[in-house]
Amino acid sequence: MLPYSWLIPFFPLLSFALIIFFTIRNKKLSSYISIGAVSLSFFLSCIVLITVLHNPVTSEFKFNWLDLPGFKVEAGMLIDPLTAVMLMVVTLVSMLVQIYSVGYMAGDPRYSRYFSFLSLFTFSMLGLVLSNNFFEIFIFWELVGLTSYLLIGFWFEKKSASDAGKKAFITTRTGDLAFMVGIFLLTTTIGTLNFQEAFHQVEAGAISTGLLTLSAILIFGGAVGKSAQFPLHVWLPDAMEGPTPVSALIHAATMVAAGVYLVARLMTIFSLSVPASLVVAIIGAFTAFLAASIGLVQNDIKRVLAYSTISQLGYMVMVLGCGGYTAGTFHLMTHASFKALLFLGAGSVIHSIHTNNIWEMGGLYPKMKTTATTFIIGSLSLAGIFPLSGFWSKDEILLVALHRNPIFMLVGIAVAFMTAFYMFRLCFVTFFGKPRDQHKFDHAHESPKVMTVPLTILAFLSIFAGWVGLPWLHKGYSSFVYHHEVHHLDPNYILMVSSLAVALSGIYLAYLIYYKGVISADKLRQRFSFVHKVLYNKYYFDELYNAVIINPLYKLTDFLFKKFDLGVIDWLVNAVGNFMVFLSWAKERFDTLVVDGAVNGLGYAVKETGSGIRKIQTGQLQNYALVIFFGIVLILLLKIF
Amino acid sequence: MIGLNHYLALSALLFCIGIFGVLTRRNAIGILMSIELLFNAVNINFVAFARFINPQEITGQIFTIFVITVAAAEAAVGLAIIILIYRQHKGVEVDRVNIMKW
Amino acid sequence: MENGILALVFYIFSGIIVGSGIMVVTLKNIFHSALFLVLCLFSVAGIYILLSAEFVAAVQVLIYVGAITVLMIFAIMLTAQLYSTSVRQSNEQVIPGIIIVVTLLVVTLVALSRTSWRVVSQGIEGQTTISIGKALLTTYVLPFEVVSLVLIAALIGAIIIARKE
Repeated sequence: MLPYSWLIPFFPLLSFALIIFFTIRNKKLSSYISIGAVSLSFFLSCIVLITVLHNPVTSEFKFNWLDLPGFKVEAGMLIDPLTAVMLMVVTLVSMLVQIYSVGYMAGDPRYSRYFSFLSLFTFSMLGLVLSNNFFEIFIFWELVGLTSYLLIGFWFEKKSASDAGKKAFITTRTGDLAFMVGIFLLTTTIGTLNFQEAFHQVEAGAISTGLLTLSAILIFGGAVGKSAQFPLHVWLPDAMEGPTPVSALIHAATMVAAGVYLVARLMTIFSLSVPASLVVAIIGAFTAFLAASIGLVQNDIKRVLAYSTISQLGYMVMVLGCGGYTAGTFHLMTHASFKALLFLGAGSVIHSIHTNNIWEMGGLYPKMKTTATTFIIGSLSLAGIFPLSGFWSKDEILLVALHRNPIFMLVGIAVAFMTAFYMFRLCFVTFFGKPRDQHKFDHAHESPKVMTVPLTILAFLSIFAGWVGLPWLHKGYSSFVYHHEVHHLDPNYILMVSSLAVALSGIYLAYLIYYKGVISADKLRQRFSFVHKVLYNKYYFDELYNAVIINPLYKLTDFLFKKFDLGVIDWLVNAVGNFMVFLSWAKERFDTLVVDGAVNGLGYAVKETGSGIRKIQTGQLQNYALVIFFGIVLILLLKIF
Repeated sequence: MIGLNHYLALSALLFCIGIFGVLTRRNAIGILMSIELLFNAVNINFVAFARFINPQEITGQIFTIFVITVAAAEAAVGLAIIILIYRQHKGVEVDRVNIMKW
Repeated sequence: MENGILALVFYIFSGIIVGSGIMVVTLKNIFHSALFLVLCLFSVAGIYILLSAEFVAAVQVLIYVGAITVLMIFAIMLTAQLYSTSVRQSNEQVIPGIIIVVTLLVVTLVALSRTSWRVVSQGIEGQTTISIGKALLTTYVLPFEVVSLVLIAALIGAIIIARKE
């Protein structure tokens, strides 16, 4: 089966082509094609996963794509346990999101195009996961960036949406530039693009430590952009302008995890450079804390989830920096299920009451029982409550962090507390208490089955997906996806209990403030008004970037426009123009006198010759026959003598 | 002794007479008759070759029969065309039919 | 002796063929031309018999003399140019025509005299009609059928071309 794994990304690509070229007018058929294709891919991914489970070795299938002297580019697939798990996650979430979209996007004028974009995205993401070399992964890396841009700006009539698309694209491009330079640096030094060959070379010491660190940090720059890590995290909250299923698929479960995947894939390179992995860990921890604290005070349901995503990605990056390959990818997997669930749940709420602002919601539980229940399950899982998925992966992360450096563990605990708090703030405000906007409340309704069924499946996964990595299992996740050798950390019960206690206390605090009202949120806000202001404005990152990067650029371009364009270039253009006018005049004289004369003379000669020669055309067939026989006789004469 | 070359010479003579007719006759029916002479010249060739070169196989005679058949078809179509020309031009002189000139 | 008679017969037929052929292409009266054509074609049939091709000779007489020439004479009568000897019957290409034709003849005869044929001495034995019949229905059955189609198509075409609108 494994050599045929290329079929997995092929089906979504086929579906993209079919929809774009043939069925774009037929909305229903388009969505069916898209869902059918991704279902096939999911089925094949299951087979791949089972195959790899039975025989957990790394297999590679490749062919030479471009073969130049001293330089070759391959195309191929690298399938190891990590790839198998990622294939499963991507196809599963993609399939559920596409099914959900049938309900969510119903009635959208660009329905078919939406599904074609989703197919294209699925193709690119699967290609990224299967890539076996830097060149290929970069191509798919850019392709997912493109589809992300297309889908963020899907409702491009809205200025904020098209702006968000541009922002996402440009911000991630900044990271991609670093990624590209890093690839150049690494691959020109070691002379291969192939991952496995590169790993061997690096392990054999083919590259100096300093250069390795530099290229690893530059490559990590790509991950920073794609996974929205500090300082390039600003695009992800704005990306929430896209349709909510897109946020669930691309900006929560799969694409933003590509950065994490990249770091995990290149674990060999990072693990050989202590400074690089330290940078990775610090960036991750900082991002996790930063984003979680911003998430505490946001009022837009999707933005809270976006900051939560950034924070959780920071978690994964941090643990990868600490060398926790297994823990990072494990959290990636569980996070994909419950974050997709949360986004789809939020989408269900938004679909029902048409607002993103949590202060216009409230008391929705009785009206939307399935959505609310699944959303709360997702929140519990994200907060890391025993025995849901999130608990096990978070526990694994904290354990690795504790072994590496307790500071990271403390940051992780703090983030866990904030996570539990903001998630349950969201739950209590949205689903409980009194309706704050009676009009919207009256129109609230449960979403159709096509949306709630994926929610239910994801809720199920949010509970059980983590159980594959129970710390007591000796044949669990950690003995399947690992780097070099199995690192089986013994369960640390003190850590488990304390992280659970922290999470519970976060939930309890949210309960006190937003459900019981024992502690007044307004008073807290007044007392810590400065902190609140800073957090509410996201640490003024957007303003900072505007002031430091964007405005100077504007000013520079403005200056250049006024002085350089108007002064120098325009003068030059005018001068060239005048010169050209003179040249044209001279040429016109030449044309009239010389060229026209020659042309007319030639024409006259041809005309006269023609009218003389045309007499040959007598119209008498016997004349023609005479000439023919004359020719024949001539030929025969030549033949004979 | 009359040999192959005698027949071939006769055929060549007949062929040349036919060509002369084709080149000089004004009457379309005359041209058609000249063409029949050409056919006959060719047929004499065929039969002579069949007799002298390969007497076992009678391919030449078979060919002659096909040529005669096609000649019949040609004559039918040709005469039909001549009648059409006659209706159009009130005459069968081919030099009247000269619309294909400059 | 026999050879001498055969040669005599050959020369008589050849003379008739060439003479009547020249008449066909030069006579002013097109009807007379047609009659000389009949004579010419008859003589060609005689040549066929000399070449032991009895069946072909019979076909020649039946189709050429019996059918095609009669068709020609019909056409001549239909176009009503029977005795219009006042109409010039040959065009202004006579002199170039003669030159070309004579050159062609000379060239051909020279070519003939230079060629040596692998002539088989033995003649055709027995009746050729039987072998022609067999050949037409075995080896040449496909051309035979095709040529019948050609004939049909030509006849239909002739009718369509010549009919009044």
